[in-house]
Amino acid sequence: MNYFTDAVAWLLDPAHYPGPTGIPARLGEQLLFTVVTLVLASVIAIPVGFLIGHTGRGRGIAVATSGGLRAIPTLGLLTLVALWIGIGLGAPYVALTVLAIPPILAGAYTGFEAVNRATIDAARAVGMTELQIVRHVEIPLGLPLLIGGLRSATLQVVATATLAAYVADFGLGRFLFAGLKTNDYAQMLGGSILVILLALVLEGLFAGLQKLVVPRGVAVGRPPVDRKASTRRRPGMEPAITKGI
Amino acid sequence: MTWLWSNLDLVWLRTLDHIVLSLPPILLSFVFALPLGWLANRYRPTRGAILSIAGLFYAIPSLPLLFILPVIIGTSLRSPANLIAALTLYGLALMVRVVADGLASVDPDVRQSATAVGFSAWSRFWLVELPLAGPVLLAGVRVVAVSTVSLATVGAVIGAKSLGSLFTDGFQRGIQVEIITGIVATVLLALVLDGAVVLLGRVLMPWTRRTRRIRPAPAAVLGPMPVVRSVA
Repeated sequence: MNYFTDAVAWLLDPAHYPGPTGIPARLGEQLLFTVVTLVLASVIAIPVGFLIGHTGRGRGIAVATSGGLRAIPTLGLLTLVALWIGIGLGAPYVALTVLAIPPILAGAYTGFEAVNRATIDAARAVGMTELQIVRHVEIPLGLPLLIGGLRSATLQVVATATLAAYVADFGLGRFLFAGLKTNDYAQMLGGSILVILLALVLEGLFAGLQKLVVPRGVAVGRPPVDRKASTRRRPGMEPAITKGI
Repeated sequence: MTWLWSNLDLVWLRTLDHIVLSLPPILLSFVFALPLGWLANRYRPTRGAILSIAGLFYAIPSLPLLFILPVIIGTSLRSPANLIAALTLYGLALMVRVVADGLASVDPDVRQSATAVGFSAWSRFWLVELPLAGPVLLAGVRVVAVSTVSLATVGAVIGAKSLGSLFTDGFQRGIQVEIITGIVATVLLALVLDGAVVLLGRVLMPWTRRTRRIRPAPAAVLGPMPVVRSVA
């Protein structure tokens, strides 16, 4: 437990704060990197996901691609791109944007798919154009799942950005690798605590946001368990968005 | 390509290292997830607590966890045990929810019939609920297998030998083929393990062979976390 007090002492040491290699600067780098990567990935993934979700076409390809990308080790992609375009921030941006696309894409199209078909038919029946259906029905109702996709993408990016310090001089990961090199356990542990806190704070923010974006009068999630009736859900059936009372 | 031919034995050695690192977490996470998932499914208050803790664990970035675990459980930083412990935690975080969902998917009528014909709670779990939850559990183990294999490479940056060592070594020495070999070998190993899990599922659950339900790829069932994590 002595290590933890050392790590806390390291975190509280004012000498570790000022300058471009201080804790606030490194934290800022990691946050900025995460935000830029997410924006880049969203710009690509969200429109494509909406298109897949609305038309129902290309879903098979999207699922296969996401599944395949999942198996690709981040570190491998990161080091390979770093060899191609050189040491620096370029490689992490490319590698992590690629990795952030699948969860956002999946969030976008599953959000659309979770919308009750009857709701969409009703929207079409009252004379909404396709674009209006997308804007006023599918996007608002699918938003919680899209935010969920952004949430897991954010977690992945903020975690892997730590690993990116292996190929570039930036972010909180520097503390981990610098500590590893000099056997400075306080620094390693202090850096690790910072990264974990950052990830948990972002996770908490997204969890809150996800609740916030549920439109009024809509209950998201699984239907209440009614032990009297058969509530068997078969594998592969996702809990649909059910309307509230 | 010459690098690959002259280093085939190295790739094989690292593959073996990788298998040694990734098999225990897949098995252990399943074993530990059973009681926890059962507990999460059985009582309403434990459900929220267990599933939120599992969610939090899943949110912890892997590299920092590798640094912190030695202080908490006393493993040595560069040892395989440290990496295995971390990977088990991630697998467990995923599997607990899957087990809870799988058990919840068992038809309540079937459960009540089992009780009515005299199953004790213990034998009902092993002989009725667990087999019926099988397909859901199988999908979960597949996801755990694939992501464990992929995640195990991370240990390479702190010196735990695996296929990930081909990335760090290839990066430091500027050998592209070595990194590409590592990526291909990791993906292949993930596919082989995934296939083995599916095969095991067919052997253990012969009844799923005949009624071919729509069996979605693991990514479709559990792929993006938001789908797994219920929003509520």
